[in-house]
Amino acid sequence: MLQLKGIHKSFVTKGLKREVLRDINFSVNDGEFVSIIGPSGSGKTTLFQLIGGLQQVDAGEIWLNQENITGKQGHISYMPQQASLLPWYTVKRNVALALQISGVSKREAQQQAGQWLEQVGLGEYSNEYPHKLSGGMSQRVSFLRALLSPQKLMLLDEPFGALDALTRLHMQQWLLSIWEQHRRSVLLVTHSIEEALLLSDRIIVFSANPATVVDEIVVPFPRPRKSELWSDRRFNELKQRIYEQLEG
Amino acid sequence: MDNKKTLWRSIVPPFVMIAVIFIAWELIVRLELVDRWLVPSPIEVLIEMGRGWERLSEHWLATLKLTMLGYVGGAVFGVLLGVLLHFIPIFRSAMYPVLVLSQNIPVIVIAPIITMLLGFSILPKVLLIVLVCFFPICIAMLSGLAQVDHNLRNYMGMIGSSRWQQFRHLELPNSISSLFSGLKIAATYSVSTAVVAEWLSPKVGLGGYMILSSRGYMPERVFAAVTLIVLSSLLLFWIVGLIEKLIVRWQPRKEAA
Repeated sequence: MLQLKGIHKSFVTKGLKREVLRDINFSVNDGEFVSIIGPSGSGKTTLFQLIGGLQQVDAGEIWLNQENITGKQGHISYMPQQASLLPWYTVKRNVALALQISGVSKREAQQQAGQWLEQVGLGEYSNEYPHKLSGGMSQRVSFLRALLSPQKLMLLDEPFGALDALTRLHMQQWLLSIWEQHRRSVLLVTHSIEEALLLSDRIIVFSANPATVVDEIVVPFPRPRKSELWSDRRFNELKQRIYEQLEG
Repeated sequence: MDNKKTLWRSIVPPFVMIAVIFIAWELIVRLELVDRWLVPSPIEVLIEMGRGWERLSEHWLATLKLTMLGYVGGAVFGVLLGVLLHFIPIFRSAMYPVLVLSQNIPVIVIAPIITMLLGFSILPKVLLIVLVCFFPICIAMLSGLAQVDHNLRNYMGMIGSSRWQQFRHLELPNSISSLFSGLKIAATYSVSTAVVAEWLSPKVGLGGYMILSSRGYMPERVFAAVTLIVLSSLLLFWIVGLIEKLIVRWQPRKEAA
């Protein structure tokens, strides 16, 4: 599905060259949920902008479904840290717009958006403007918007980073339940080890300055998963292992 | 209950203030602290307005028509130029200083030049208003189009939207509230510019009426015209505000200011 082959990226600021990504290689399989975890400032956001085609790689290639998409836009769906709903459109119109931009006709996009909002219990917010929604609600809409887009790969950029701890837990559960019903390939960036362990099939651990892949961990828990996992012995062993690598 | 209280607090003080000013003015004239032929009393102005209403309203309508033509023309030109400059950055950096420069030439200087070039028809007058109005609108439009939230722009880019889609769904809606503050400033400019334009060929309109009345030492008429000019300005400002409220529905309603 998604393959990153030897990605290098540096930025030059005030004449100083700063290497951000060094030889990044990994892949995401069809229907697989992969998380990237790393210290802050480890270039995860840059990596997403490279995959999304907003920045150009210095070296390496990005392939999606046997197609070279290096530097090309429009091949992924995206859920950012800030919900980024357009304030001048209603919730439904916001969801529909993402579909429209990826090529769905306007009428069909509106219809699908309305149906799905009903289905995930957000129907009553369909015709509200985003400023009426709480942080958690906004992120639900934002996730739905990414899930509905026809692109095969979803990029989630610290989607719950700005939420309080309790809302965050609810959101992880909610996302998990919807994703387990509607499997898509997901690449998630997160700071939270628990979040990565709870949600993903595989975890890729980054080091910082420059970012390199330090470890790849296959998460052994069966699905559907529940938050009871937190008291599992293996869960805590893996957590400890990742923690040590991040401290490394 | 609280809302009613704040409403009262926002309405009563300005009304009291205006009343105080008028009473003081009336008294000053009554006590003959100034000469009557120089400054009329407010009541005399009102009486004059009633007496000469037929003629006055004709002039008023002429001024309103001129103002609207110039204002709408200036708004259309300002918005289009703003969009054009936004799409062609090199044109923008080339034109920006020229635009600012154009605003530093006083209307008093431009007005006779345009009249001499284009004659005494309505055209040079409308053009003068367009010239004065388009600037604040164009600048407001430009900054509204440019000041887009960084996160929203990043999102739109990541999902692969085209330049046109970014303009249509992101930049254009984002510019609306900024555009309206430009439209409001231009609304007040347009009325006073219309009056100045009418001085040039005082046939119809409040500007001409004012000049002729002033030369004939009829201060009540001058002040009657001024009253209508102020009212027109307020009216236009209010209409623009109303249109803004009808269009911008997505923002949380602000508490009564």
